[in-house]
Amino acid sequence: MSKLATIRWREFAIESLVRVAGVSTIAFVALIFLFLLREGAPAFFRIPLDNLFGVRWYPTFDLYGALPLILGSALVTITAILIALPLGVATAVFVREAAPPWAREILKPMIEVLAGIPSVVLGFFGMTLVAPFIRSALGAPTGLTAFTGALILAYMALPTIISVAEDALDAVPKSYRDAGLAMGATQWQTIWRVVVPAARSGILTAVMLGMGRAIGETMAVMMVTGNAARMPLSLDSLFRPVRTMTATIAAEMGEVARGSTHYHVLFAIGIVLFVITFAINLSAASAIFQKRRRGGLR
Amino acid sequence: MAAQPISSRRSTTQRLGFALLAAAALLVVAPILLVIGTIIVRGIAAITPEFLTAMPRDGMKAGGIFPAIVGTVLLTLGAALAAIPIGVGGAIYLAEYARDTSLTRAIRLAIVNLAGIPSVVYGLFGLGLFVLFLRFGTSILAGALTLAIMTLPIIISTAEEALRAVPTEFRTVNASLGGTRWQGIRQIVLPQALPGIITGVILGLLRAAGETAPILFTVAAFYLPRLPRSPFDQTMALPYHLYIISTQVPGMPLEIQYGTALVLLALVLSLNVTATVIRSRFRRRRQW
Repeated sequence: MSKLATIRWREFAIESLVRVAGVSTIAFVALIFLFLLREGAPAFFRIPLDNLFGVRWYPTFDLYGALPLILGSALVTITAILIALPLGVATAVFVREAAPPWAREILKPMIEVLAGIPSVVLGFFGMTLVAPFIRSALGAPTGLTAFTGALILAYMALPTIISVAEDALDAVPKSYRDAGLAMGATQWQTIWRVVVPAARSGILTAVMLGMGRAIGETMAVMMVTGNAARMPLSLDSLFRPVRTMTATIAAEMGEVARGSTHYHVLFAIGIVLFVITFAINLSAASAIFQKRRRGGLR
Repeated sequence: MAAQPISSRRSTTQRLGFALLAAAALLVVAPILLVIGTIIVRGIAAITPEFLTAMPRDGMKAGGIFPAIVGTVLLTLGAALAAIPIGVGGAIYLAEYARDTSLTRAIRLAIVNLAGIPSVVYGLFGLGLFVLFLRFGTSILAGALTLAIMTLPIIISTAEEALRAVPTEFRTVNASLGGTRWQGIRQIVLPQALPGIITGVILGLLRAAGETAPILFTVAAFYLPRLPRSPFDQTMALPYHLYIISTQVPGMPLEIQYGTALVLLALVLSLNVTATVIRSRFRRRRQW
């Protein structure tokens, strides 16, 4: 082979290799869905749907009502976002628009540190310190409540919300701010009437990604929510134990017999989680991609 | 004169508003310091040479956490071994070769989705594919591969960003000198982007080291006071160990729990600091 042909061949081989590496990400998403289906689909055939979506989760009595788990996840996630959204947006606005440089230098690495703290460590902290505090504050029999979980989850969603919201604020053109100030508005007025509204769809994306993060969180939630599979319908549900989908899988998968109905149902819950997060991320991603093409995440 | 009170009221509003924003930022940061501070203060007493290097004894209530540390290091390195070639390769493809086709868009969507899949679902997947279907059993191999797929999106997106930050001129100069595309990538672009890529890899590994849910059903051993002998062995791991001693073992001394949390936190934070230092050094040193 001539030297030129060798070079050409090597170029081709390398391009093919890295393309395979890139395409493998698609294969992994497909594989994950396939194996969830393979192990989870039997659940839908083995037990009637009104049992599967019933209100009682007692696997020992063959009652696999997933509704309390789904609502439990929803309650904890929504509460977490209600806490994290104002905090996260305010922090992003502060970092981007108002903070002196030294404060920025401290805040950004701290938020990265928060993103890196393992969920089990936060769960441990929540269990040993936050839960007792909440118990005594509420005078409740236990501090392991939906609210405790939501509080911890809010902090776990914060790094995502802050960094995406910051990007969104960053993408608002400087001319918008200049125009606001030139009209005689104060910096404060410009921020809330011009910059933040211009960044609102990016902030919405931040919230969605934060929500995806929160609904899939497992260990911390399992350790601090008390894991009682009951329908969270009454008003005080927030301050009572609750059980999420993720916690159920993590807590029970280790103890079920492979191939049992219970085993397949846990995988079926995994399918539900996969579909929810897939939908959330797909819409967040398409929002990001669209904005990128139009120039800037706004 | 009439404008004076209005503008002073405005600036009062603004000062109040900025104070409120600062308070929100403080509310975000203070608990982080509280968590880290508490775990250091309460855990430091447990950290002795024995705690770090001995096997656990008496149902984990005494002795050390050595096998859990070794297990976490092995799992993290194993995940790195599998994830780095695929992750960096994928990033090179996206940054240097891929055009804006529907395939490229599908890859980007896949990466966003991989990043969003709940960790416990990765655990289910690892159980289904590696443990059962490929018959690796509950093993380091199965756990490390599960963690590797989970860290892929982090490595790919940070490495791609690092590659894209290298100016186009570097590539055009390479081409004008008669270098092929791969020569340009290997000899010019990759070395320039290396610190950024290393940062991405460390951020991915940090995530792998701290995760519990993906290893619950794929590798983790409840109590195994010996070191693993092969990739097909089970092993203890720090995050899982912290989970079981804080929830599953009654009468566990708090000091050991805090000590374990501290070791895990120190491991993860030191990786975090390393990544930050590499990145800021790189930013300061680069000339473009």
